[in-house]
Amino acid sequence: MGEVMPLEMRAPENRASSRAVRYWTVRALSGWVVALVVVITVATQAFPHQAAAVIGAAVLVAAVHVVVMPRWRFRVHRWEVTGTAVYTQAGWLRQERRIAPIVRIQTVDTERGPFEQLFGLSKVTITTASAAGPLKIHALDSATAELLALKLTDITSAAGADGT
Amino acid sequence: MNEPGDGSWRRLSPRMLLVHPVIEIGRAIPAIAGVLLAGSGGSGSSLWAAAIALAVAGFGTLRYVTTRYSIGSAQIQLKHGIFRRRELSVPLDRVRTVDVTAHVLHRLLGIARVSIGTGTSDRKEGGDRLVLDGLTAQQATRLRSELLHRPAVPAAEGPATSGARSEPGDEQLVALDPRWLRYAPFTLTGALTGLAVLGVGWRVVSEGHVRLDRVSVLRDVVAWFERWSPLTDVLIGTAGVIAFVALASTAGYLLSFWHFVLSRNDAGSLHVSRGLLTTRATSIERRRLVGVELSEPMLLRWVGGARVLAVATGLRVGRGGERGGEMLLPPAPRAVAIDVAGQVSGRGAGGLQTVLPPHPRAALRRRLVRAELPALAVVAATAVVAGAGGWPGWTVLLAALLPIVAFALAVDRYRSLGHLLVDRALVVGAGSLVRTRTVLDTEAVIGWTLRSSWLQRRAGLVTLIATTAAGRQKYLVSDLAAAEAVGFADAATPGLLSEVLVGESPVQVVAPGARSGRASTS
Repeated sequence: MGEVMPLEMRAPENRASSRAVRYWTVRALSGWVVALVVVITVATQAFPHQAAAVIGAAVLVAAVHVVVMPRWRFRVHRWEVTGTAVYTQAGWLRQERRIAPIVRIQTVDTERGPFEQLFGLSKVTITTASAAGPLKIHALDSATAELLALKLTDITSAAGADGT
Repeated sequence: MNEPGDGSWRRLSPRMLLVHPVIEIGRAIPAIAGVLLAGSGGSGSSLWAAAIALAVAGFGTLRYVTTRYSIGSAQIQLKHGIFRRRELSVPLDRVRTVDVTAHVLHRLLGIARVSIGTGTSDRKEGGDRLVLDGLTAQQATRLRSELLHRPAVPAAEGPATSGARSEPGDEQLVALDPRWLRYAPFTLTGALTGLAVLGVGWRVVSEGHVRLDRVSVLRDVVAWFERWSPLTDVLIGTAGVIAFVALASTAGYLLSFWHFVLSRNDAGSLHVSRGLLTTRATSIERRRLVGVELSEPMLLRWVGGARVLAVATGLRVGRGGERGGEMLLPPAPRAVAIDVAGQVSGRGAGGLQTVLPPHPRAALRRRLVRAELPALAVVAATAVVAGAGGWPGWTVLLAALLPIVAFALAVDRYRSLGHLLVDRALVVGAGSLVRTRTVLDTEAVIGWTLRSSWLQRRAGLVTLIATTAAGRQKYLVSDLAAAEAVGFADAATPGLLSEVLVGESPVQVVAPGARSGRASTS
């Protein structure tokens, strides 16, 4: 069979907003508060003798997640719009790089959830004709996100094809 | 008076007045049966049943009255809805697929249902597919050929055949050979039929409040089973289920695929027609067909059978796939399947039979771990329960078979993994329970995803996903060497990645040996 040159893709250029770490931390914390309430209730009711150990383990996992995940994510999350394509990198334990040609872009949405609004952040979702996997750029500064969405909409409406 | 193309609003065939009520009453049969069974004896219940039937029939009539369509020179429009009016319009140049279906009742009355798909927009169930339920068979056939031959060939005076027959001038690629019926029992569609029968039975029982322990036949069956040991009961039950599934699968194959013909017209559109009682005719425009998939469910593979699916924009593979109409060949001998797939893709057997270069050994390890961990967990759990005296000893022996099966599955899954570029097509192999080999035009690839879990990165592996607007929408090359992935993607879609590649300028690599046609034996 043919040898394929071991090529690599460089990481995309731009990082998420500097407020992203705080945003991911707060979002994870709020999730863990709910989860811990459930764990504490169940543990004290179901196995009162081992309750301390179970709750301790849960708190430890939560603490590690809340401290590690946002920082790890911030190191991974990157995005870039090249002359011809949109290129993103996201995740932490499971990481993903996605690339789609600009001419194939169908829609560009910006979205701000409650926690994102708290930190002035936005998420940009870019869909193509494929139902599988739109590109998502998380935790962008809202102003940057607006500009990006405008720019992409301009380019795609200029391209004009139906994207299939 | 009913000439298409003039843009005037008109109604569907009035014969639908006979179809709608019957279908609606058919749907309501479980409810009606339930009402009748619940109050057997009282005259009130039959009154209720009659009222339901009447309401349902009236509803069907209303549906006919409120539906109008128009076929103009630029678009097809449909207005329908009783409580919520809806208007759908499809520009003619966006039409990608045209299906003509005729159920038994439709066929008796000489009418057909035309379903017009526009590709990406029919993503959701029923989404923006425009359905004209109730054109005469003649109108349906003419409309289909008009939509698909446009603009080169004007509406020819089509022969007055039912919508399911292919037209003269079409090149027939393959037709059903009755001997293929021997593959039918191995398709397992009968299992679904069995579940459906159980479902309907359950609805009648629960809505009719039938006391199962009072049904004498059931009592007799239970008593009969109680005469033997549990093990014998299990064996008898299994044999019964297998026999039922085989029979029902064969019946299903007959119903779905009798009269199956795959043909290609002079414009290059593919045309599939099939069906014993309900006839279906599906057409796929040439430029929408971007690949083929050879699919071999495990049982079918054991007896040397395979089926072929079209990878086309506007035809989504997946749940209820067979109904989606993308089936290009029902379960048939593997050689026939490869021949048909090759003719359709225009690439011959290239890529379909090729032995794909193996993925790294680490991919095999991942499959073994993922298969064996749950299997061993089940064995351990069974041993614990049996040790505590909960279950008899033979259950542990039975559970011990699991890791062996898991091992075989994992190895087989690894052996079907593979990827290659052949003749500007992406070839992807995957799966064991359903082994698939997909050949997809690289032009149809509209993006790449590289995905890696923490364990994959440690093993130097990555999953490369080609996204496309056709078929399954994404095609996964699982667990290939991380060092190879980017080069492969770049060779498949030159230019797309060039701005983000590092190192020396990308070298265009063509894989030789791709045309070798040795049969895959895995």
